[in-house]
Amino acid sequence: MSTIATPKQTGPSGATAGHPSGDKRFKILEVFIKRQQQRQDALIEVLHKAQELFGFLDDGLLYFVAQGLRLPPSRVYGVATFYHFFKLKPQGAHTCVVCMGTACYVKGANRIVEALEQAAGIKAGGTTADGGMSLLTARCIGACGIAPAVVYDDVVAPRQTPESALERVKGWLNHGAR
Amino acid sequence: MVLAELVEIKERERAAQKRVLITCCLAAGCMSSEARLVKEALDRAVKAAGLENDVEVRGVGCMKLCCEGPLVLIDPPGALYQKVRPADADSLVGTIRGGTTHVERGDLNSPFFTKQLAIVLENCGIVDPERIESYIARDGYVALRNVLRDMAPSEVVSEITKSGLRGRGGAGYPTGLKWATVAKTQSTKKYVICNADEGDPGAFMDRSVLESDPHRVLEGMIIAAYAVGADQGYIYVRAEYPLAIARLQTAIRQAKQHGLLGSGIFESPFHFNVEIRIGAGAFVCGEETALMASVEGRRGQPRPRPPYPAESGLFGQPTLINNVETFANVPPIIRNGAGWFAGIGTEKSKGTKVFALAGKVRNTGLIEVPMGMPLREIVEDMGGGAPDGGRIKAVQTGGPSGGCIPATHLDTPVDYESLTKLGSIMGSGGMIVMDERDNMVDVARFFMEFCMDESCGKCIPCRAGTVQMHELLRKILARQATVRDLATLEDLCDLVKHTSLCGLGQTAPNPVLSTLRFFRPEYLALLQPEPGKAADTPAPQPA
Repeated sequence: MSTIATPKQTGPSGATAGHPSGDKRFKILEVFIKRQQQRQDALIEVLHKAQELFGFLDDGLLYFVAQGLRLPPSRVYGVATFYHFFKLKPQGAHTCVVCMGTACYVKGANRIVEALEQAAGIKAGGTTADGGMSLLTARCIGACGIAPAVVYDDVVAPRQTPESALERVKGWLNHGAR
Repeated sequence: MVLAELVEIKERERAAQKRVLITCCLAAGCMSSEARLVKEALDRAVKAAGLENDVEVRGVGCMKLCCEGPLVLIDPPGALYQKVRPADADSLVGTIRGGTTHVERGDLNSPFFTKQLAIVLENCGIVDPERIESYIARDGYVALRNVLRDMAPSEVVSEITKSGLRGRGGAGYPTGLKWATVAKTQSTKKYVICNADEGDPGAFMDRSVLESDPHRVLEGMIIAAYAVGADQGYIYVRAEYPLAIARLQTAIRQAKQHGLLGSGIFESPFHFNVEIRIGAGAFVCGEETALMASVEGRRGQPRPRPPYPAESGLFGQPTLINNVETFANVPPIIRNGAGWFAGIGTEKSKGTKVFALAGKVRNTGLIEVPMGMPLREIVEDMGGGAPDGGRIKAVQTGGPSGGCIPATHLDTPVDYESLTKLGSIMGSGGMIVMDERDNMVDVARFFMEFCMDESCGKCIPCRAGTVQMHELLRKILARQATVRDLATLEDLCDLVKHTSLCGLGQTAPNPVLSTLRFFRPEYLALLQPEPGKAADTPAPQPA
């Protein structure tokens, strides 16, 4: 699963200088870590930034963060796996997040999830084999007044039905990964 | 910043007011229905009509009736339009010159609006959340100025105590008492934390307040910091609320520019800074000790109390943690006096409460009502009852920590004590209406699944108990359970409730207990006869 090589130790201090892969995103992340003055309590902020840059957090990236903040890798891994928001696997080109909050649930969000699961051939939380779409559920996105809500690529759509959801993701399922 | 500057900004803002104000809701609900495009179309339409000098188009926070969004209000004449499309902009602007429009009109005189009493939401849908001047024009930061110039910290604490304000996060702990405890703890470093980790499914009050009036929350926090002697604050917001985070960031930047955050606020020796901490999707982080662990960059797991955060909290220092709505109540209390606030609500529950009304009800959205209003008035008069000819069966309050109040108890006044008596809780303010088509056992299973997923795994009763309870509920729903399983479920509820470490586990059984209390026949109807017993004789309840 690792797409990014584990960086080598660059010095006795454990400080990192960019990344051997030469990927510019590591440099950006490093600057961000420095801006937090390497404060260890900024770990969650740094992980947010890392996920924003890379889309997901794999082992090599977590190791890079651990070195940057001078934290044991176990601590970084522990935090990354604790919070639902952090993704440890690559996500699809598109994401479809069905809100499963109470208001959405009583208005039939589970039927939307079932319909999407069937159409995509995956379970909620999974990504289609071609990497075209990830199907996720959310605890509550706070859009209860317009339930049931579904978030397509970060855009919230109100009052969805299984039919409207299927219509919306049709293009993401048939054409593969762009 | 000094008072004269505050007054100047206010007067300048008032003087710049145009003849007609068009407000366009840009809160998350309406934004999902292309409200941003509506606002842009209105801007263009005003320009095209050559009315720039007479008409202001203002993007505002939540205008409350979310189900009919996007909402636009034209004042004068005070006409509310609903389900507005970008293409409607020209005809709407045309009405200012006496034209007509086919856009659906909303009724501002309906009970949904008239029964509201706005204290926390007084600026919501009126001020531009992205401009500090807009807040100052509505007497913003006056309370802070008065506090810093005329009141000692102890006087602020006693004012809040006298007001009778209680924590709006759910538990209802007296705010004044909490402040007093932090204030009297000796330490050179103290923190103030605003809990905006609104994790309850079905609740969006804090989100709306932050999106609509972020400066009010900041002002409340700064006053609190002065009262308890803190110099650093954190706002812990869910990552699921990007708009709220963006508006808070803007608000903090503006407050700094105007000298309302930082050092020497209002030319007093008092200094205070605020940082935003973004959550990462863990319900348990709403619990205060777990939240503090998360702010420190660790796994959000709770720890036993005492010591309470007031004595040893963030980084081991005395810490004041209050909810968004609690802080939002502070500036009006200081401005209008504790007596004014204490005159609203019931004997033990003062002031108002903001609710997120949703589910099987005609009018969904944001409401603020005085404490003590009967539930019936909220769901039937304001909410308009169940849609599509359905009948209201129950009202769920308090999310996964709360319970279902049956329709027969709709005359219950909404206050902390009455809801607790019914086995539910006030909670943070999510209110989900359910109708006859909702199976209460399934609702209980839904919440148990939530708690099972969200259990942090630190203490065994919660980690293992929620899994077992969920399995039993699933078994009951699959019609595979017997009366023995139901007894086990009840035993487990009792055990998890009394032995879990934090609020998540302690309240996880509530949805089961409350549905068992009021809807027991629904459980019994799903049970199988025990093997070896005659099918038609119901098995006796084991003692």
